[in-house]
Amino acid sequence: MRGNAVHPGYARQTLIALRTIAWKETHRYLRIWLQTLLPPAITMTLYFVIFGNLIGPRIGPMAGHSYMEFIVPGIIMMSVITNSYMNVVSSFFGAKFQRHIEEILVSPTPNYTILIGYLAGGVGRGLLTGLIVTFISMLFTDIQIQHPAITISVAFLTALLFSLGGFLNGIFARKFDDIAIVPTFILTPLTYLGGVFYSIDLLPGVWREFSLVNPILYMVNAFRYGFLGESDIPIQTAYAIIVIFIVFSVCLSLYLLRRGVGLRT
Amino acid sequence: MKALSLKRLNKVYAGGVVALRDVDLEVDEGEFFGLLGPNGAGKSTIIGIVSSLVRKTCGSAEVFGHPVDREPWEAKSVLGLVPQEFNFNGFETVNQIILNQAGFYGINRRTAHERAERYLSELGLWSRRNSVSRTLSGGMKRRLMIARALIHQPRLLILDEPSAGVDIEVRRSMWTFLRRINTEGTTIILSTHYLEEAESLCRNIAIIDRGQIIENTDVRSLLRQLTAQSFLLDIQGDLAEVPVIEDFHLMPVDDSCLEVEVRSDQSLNELFARLAERNVQVVSMKNKSNRLEELFVRMLERPAEERRKPEQIETTT
Repeated sequence: MRGNAVHPGYARQTLIALRTIAWKETHRYLRIWLQTLLPPAITMTLYFVIFGNLIGPRIGPMAGHSYMEFIVPGIIMMSVITNSYMNVVSSFFGAKFQRHIEEILVSPTPNYTILIGYLAGGVGRGLLTGLIVTFISMLFTDIQIQHPAITISVAFLTALLFSLGGFLNGIFARKFDDIAIVPTFILTPLTYLGGVFYSIDLLPGVWREFSLVNPILYMVNAFRYGFLGESDIPIQTAYAIIVIFIVFSVCLSLYLLRRGVGLRT
Repeated sequence: MKALSLKRLNKVYAGGVVALRDVDLEVDEGEFFGLLGPNGAGKSTIIGIVSSLVRKTCGSAEVFGHPVDREPWEAKSVLGLVPQEFNFNGFETVNQIILNQAGFYGINRRTAHERAERYLSELGLWSRRNSVSRTLSGGMKRRLMIARALIHQPRLLILDEPSAGVDIEVRRSMWTFLRRINTEGTTIILSTHYLEEAESLCRNIAIIDRGQIIENTDVRSLLRQLTAQSFLLDIQGDLAEVPVIEDFHLMPVDDSCLEVEVRSDQSLNELFARLAERNVQVVSMKNKSNRLEELFVRMLERPAEERRKPEQIETTT
């Protein structure tokens, strides 16, 4: 990268390239909204109907709130996590598989611009899906947001973290099976066990302690705190864990891009 | 100014496959340069290293004086690549692909639109600008990749097998277009299997085999290495018997066609005169095969230790 900082066209090229990749990624998920935005809306509506409306009244209140109110933040966060991850992993691996990632790799676009561009797509889809699910939840319960700044910042940081996760998965993936393994065997179990449908205070001692190693628990609880003002874990700890994971994932992504892992032979 | 400079470039792939061995190559600015070699010779590895898609093992590669590994921004900014394989998003339209590529190079939207119209029109794709790229024919896809590679007006354009799978009419129009942009100042490096294409377009060529440059010279000098050529002569009427002419070796192809080998120190006029003496009238004549192609095959057949010797090559073409 020697000489980049002094070249007069560098900043301009980088900004236009970033805008191009970010728009390309955004346009992609908007163009195929039947595959990207509609399915989570339907799935989450079913969660609200089945768990909130049908089963919820039999379960009774949780952490001082109705069961429907309790699960709404978790279900929104579940859609944010899944969609931000899936957007980046499928788009980046698709670009690798069809080899049109080479369009960017042969251009002077710096690695960090490539990363930010793809993350913009993932974060955008994650937050848009979260917003859609939030509107749907309003059809089922009169939800109030206690701490809007915390709600928005946690949603953004979580979408960013899982977009990074999708990017890393996309770098290492060699076939389509590889992009399904992580969401199926890691992401989904961790999300379901991350306190979306229950408070960890309900768990017996050892299982409660075990749950605390699940990073998704912290995100779901921090987000729930933003909505309800209630959380199983301290909010500062949640922020710290999310930020640590983000910093680590950014450094790893840039290192892998620099080494050309999965991209250059 | 050297558009491309490779010095002692080596590439060993994972698993120990040696793709390049101490490759030295220089291409002057403004050249139309041919890079020839059989499959697996190392052409695409060289192109990959220059365009940063392949990591070199050691040595140096510079584009207009900028090392591709240490000054990638400068090197990539002046380089355009037309790869061998289609590598655009099949779900995007022609226009989207071109405009996105312009964006990756930092070209503003207005300029990108102007250039897209220019290059797509010149390459006969303007009417298909809103077509989804996967619906294009093979020839159109090739031309799309050329337009895409030119959108940032590179000083060096590298084309890796641009004519593969393209019909002759499209190929000829592509040649005309490439000649013109070369005349306008773009340095072009052409990797091709069509040796007729290299002979027609390139002033200088390098032949690579098994990761080594075995010849690097201008096309005229290379063709002078031919000491003999074979011609096919179409004869008026049917031949009763093959005429015997001293110093010329004539062989029948069929009843009205002869094959003759003519050395560089012999004259075709003399051959025609002697055939006329025997009442054999030649109505048309053509080379048996492309001269460069025959020379190329002969060079690759030489043992490795002889390849760098500047000897004359005996050939039947």
